[in-house]
Amino acid sequence: MAHDSTQTSTADHAHGEHDHHHEQNFWQKYIFSTDHKVIGIQYGIVSLLFLFLGFILISCMRWQLAYPGQPLPILGNLINDLYGGADGIMTPEIYNMFGAMHGNIMVFLAIVPLGFAAFGNYVVPLQIGAPDMAFPRLNMASFWLFFVGAILIFGSMFIPGGPAQAGWTSYSPLASSVPTNGQAYWLVGLVILIASSLLGAVNFIATIIQLRAPGMTWMKMPFFCWAQFVTAFLLLLAFPPLQVAGIMQLFDIVFDTSFFLPTGLIIGGQPAEISGGGSPVLWQHLFWFLAHPEVYVLILPAVGMVSEIITNNTRRPLWGYKTLIYAVMTLGFLSFIVWAHHMYLTGMGTVISTFFQTTTMIISIPSVIILTCLFLTLWGGSMRINTPMLFALAFLPMFGIGGLTGLPLGFSYSDLYLHDTYYVIAHFHYIVAPGTIFAFFAGIYYWFPKATGRYMSDYWGRVHFWLSLVFMNLIFMPMFLQGLAGMHRRMYDGGVTYAGTATPEEGVVGILTKYVEMNQTISIAAWCLGLSQIPFIINFFYSITNGKKVESPNPWKATTLDWQTPTPPPHGNFDGPIEVFNGPYEYSAPGTDDDFLPQNVKPSKGGDTTSAPSTEPVPAK
Amino acid sequence: MEIPYTVKPRPDTGVYNAKIGIWLFLASEIMLFGALFSSYIILRITAPEGTWLEGVLNVPIGFGNTLVLIASSVTVVMAWASLKLNNYKAFQRYMIFTVLCALTFLLVKSFEYNEKFHHYEVWTTDETDNRFTGHFDKEWLSEQKAAYKARVAEMDAQYQAALSEWSSSDKSTDAPREPDYPKITFFTLTTAEIRDLSSFLGFDSVIFEKEHKHAYKYAGMPEVDDHAHHDEAGHEGDESHAEGGHGHHETLTIPVGNIKRASAFIPSHSTFFAIYFTLTGLHALHVFLGACVLAYFVFCNRRMWKEDPDRLANRVEVGGLFWHFVDLVWIFLFPVLYLL
Ligand code: HEM
Ligand SMILES: [Cu+2]
Repeated sequence: MAHDSTQTSTADHAHGEHDHHHEQNFWQKYIFSTDHKVIGIQYGIVSLLFLFLGFILISCMRWQLAYPGQPLPILGNLINDLYGGADGIMTPEIYNMFGAMHGNIMVFLAIVPLGFAAFGNYVVPLQIGAPDMAFPRLNMASFWLFFVGAILIFGSMFIPGGPAQAGWTSYSPLASSVPTNGQAYWLVGLVILIASSLLGAVNFIATIIQLRAPGMTWMKMPFFCWAQFVTAFLLLLAFPPLQVAGIMQLFDIVFDTSFFLPTGLIIGGQPAEISGGGSPVLWQHLFWFLAHPEVYVLILPAVGMVSEIITNNTRRPLWGYKTLIYAVMTLGFLSFIVWAHHMYLTGMGTVISTFFQTTTMIISIPSVIILTCLFLTLWGGSMRINTPMLFALAFLPMFGIGGLTGLPLGFSYSDLYLHDTYYVIAHFHYIVAPGTIFAFFAGIYYWFPKATGRYMSDYWGRVHFWLSLVFMNLIFMPMFLQGLAGMHRRMYDGGVTYAGTATPEEGVVGILTKYVEMNQTISIAAWCLGLSQIPFIINFFYSITNGKKVESPNPWKATTLDWQTPTPPPHGNFDGPIEVFNGPYEYSAPGTDDDFLPQNVKPSKGGDTTSAPSTEPVPAK
Repeated sequence: MEIPYTVKPRPDTGVYNAKIGIWLFLASEIMLFGALFSSYIILRITAPEGTWLEGVLNVPIGFGNTLVLIASSVTVVMAWASLKLNNYKAFQRYMIFTVLCALTFLLVKSFEYNEKFHHYEVWTTDETDNRFTGHFDKEWLSEQKAAYKARVAEMDAQYQAALSEWSSSDKSTDAPREPDYPKITFFTLTTAEIRDLSSFLGFDSVIFEKEHKHAYKYAGMPEVDDHAHHDEAGHEGDESHAEGGHGHHETLTIPVGNIKRASAFIPSHSTFFAIYFTLTGLHALHVFLGACVLAYFVFCNRRMWKEDPDRLANRVEVGGLFWHFVDLVWIFLFPVLYLL
């Protein structure tokens, strides 16, 4: 544990030089801060909390799926107190509430704010050499709007009648006919969240366009910033239609309009007292117009982080840097014209289905390009294996599995069978859970020293990694099989009702018992996955104060500007004016003393320093 | 370090930060209104036969409002140009005029809304598909309102009396039950409210001023022939002939049991009104917020003019861009909603 901290610059030191930052009190500094780093951390804390809450919800649901109708341990009485029911048994309504809230919380309150807002806020201004975001006060407003929206959405779990129950997709007319105000709370919360993310998106794009340090040309910008740049455009342009849809569904609930309610709607055996004439499919169009780009909002920041971490640890330039940039831009553009592949079963007609099937196949090309470039970056590198790298490496095959299994869903004829089965659940969770979340873990382990000046424990990081990897796959791999066996994704009892009822002579084809029994394996794996996060949580908090101190502000020997500032960076980020001379990934470049050339260091020899990998062995960590 | 390019443009991009910001924001606004317009189109082309209203809106008023907004778009540019020409007085004049235009627009819009809120359509059960527009007889309505208030007050008073008696008793009996009456605001009456009210107050028909000419036409339905319609209405019951119309109205007495549905021209009336109120309401919100911002520039930014005139000019430019956008949306809204 011995270390000499002679090189460690601290924030205090930098503050001394910048007196014009007038003194801030506690509230200005940590709560209503306009500093992008503080805001990033605020987003990070809140979204990690929601990640945890979303996980608790699904753990309860997994109990019901594995042991249908048996009293839920620990939380059983609590949910009875809140939502009715007896003996700690989860009622169908509670199952629906938890299901809807799990999806909403995970997508809107955990993954997007963590990937885009938390990491983006903390890292992007540092990487482009900016003193802060272009509009710091908007940035703060964005966080607080997010916070209010999040409280509304999460708070709806505690109102009489309980929260929304119609899945994260909130299809009408189901969504506007469940007897709870929870849906309205969710919608209002959503509209506020979207306002927040619009402010965020405007801010990110303006920052990246306007505040790049001198010399930081577009093609010298780290790939992470590119990924965030494209993500911001997706948020900017895809979210407003959902905002509109949210307002319209809210009107359906509050003002009894019929935007999404058809003529002749019967609810609970009674003809609904509405004008009718609306279009349920319209909701689906508006929803998926957002929600498909949204899935790229979930994945692109992750891809960006993984690229940074992989290049840093293979000590090699990012393979196909420009190709990658063009690929994400194409991906971003195409993601706006594939949305209806979620709607093949709505009877849109074969022509429209064929169009969206085609665009869906085309969009897998840039996805494959991205993955290929990242794999090729590994080629022949002498890797430095540490916790961030392990998570980043695992991201690649997991993302690969998730992406490849999307192809059968993209073809309308195979989707007829797979739609709304556990296969779909497995598909997107492979991308979001062992994919995106692993990338976020990688990012946390990687930038933790930047934010705190201390490492997280590598040993416990590895424990965390291997356990998570094993259990993630034990959870989601069997779901592919269940889905292929025809198990529907929204069954309250996990399919018990249909288990073994394979009586073809009666025309009933049930689910083979063995697929239903997999539910238990999956659930146990899920709870174990939860337990595997304990080392992470302890490691995280313990390391803030007791972790090994970094030896220098640039402990990973990285080239990008985020590491060329004091650690942790002061208000205003850089000690002085900063200028960029090199590309973002000058690792193992010939003619450098060390095996890397930071972006802001003038190359000693004039000539071309790009990309040729060094032949010398790279010192391992 | 200070944040660069807050006032001066960045050389290679040629713009200052806020200008990029507003353009991006407008891009998202285009998606917002674009999605609403698309919804309008989808709702309209998928509307079941005979449910889409046409020609319910007052074209001259809408056109007048269009002119008001166009004028304000011109003056907002003049305001900005005056700042650039160092003429603060002229800036003030033009800007105040712009804000006044915005207020005029909103005022007119609110009259338009209010008129719709009190304009009813009634569907009656009849061998013919009967529906007509008009409004409830004013006198009749205020009588019902008074009767309702009186009954409610009476029931409340009874309840309070019973309650105080019970709480001073030994409480061996059950507490008196809260009075159970329909909660009705009279802002606008729905079918269910009319039924509740009729059983609560004990009336069995409503008095309705029917317009001779329909205030609308349903797409795909033949134009209603006024005279034929007149006769049908006459069939409705003996009472409905009762008093002939005064002016271009005809007073009908409609038995509550015959009312299939009654609705004012409010969002729940039909998908047309739903999308109409959503589109124009969202637009009006933009007008309102835009006007607030412009008013802020002219009334609260005097100091900035002295200290940092470029910054104020930038602000006005950015605000003006937003204002143009708001006008542009209306330029689309007007023909789509009023004319098509
Ligand atoms: C390029 C590869 C991909 C293809 C071809 C693809 C295709 C599809 C299709 C066709 C569906 C609809 C399945 C159904 O409901 O029947 C689907 C669902 C889904 N995909 Fe993908 N996808 C791909 C990548 C991704 C990525 C990168 C994400 C990012 C997180 C993602 C997240 C989702 C989600 C969340 C759903 C489920 C939505 C729901 O019904 O609740 N997909 N995918
Ligand atoms: Cu999709």
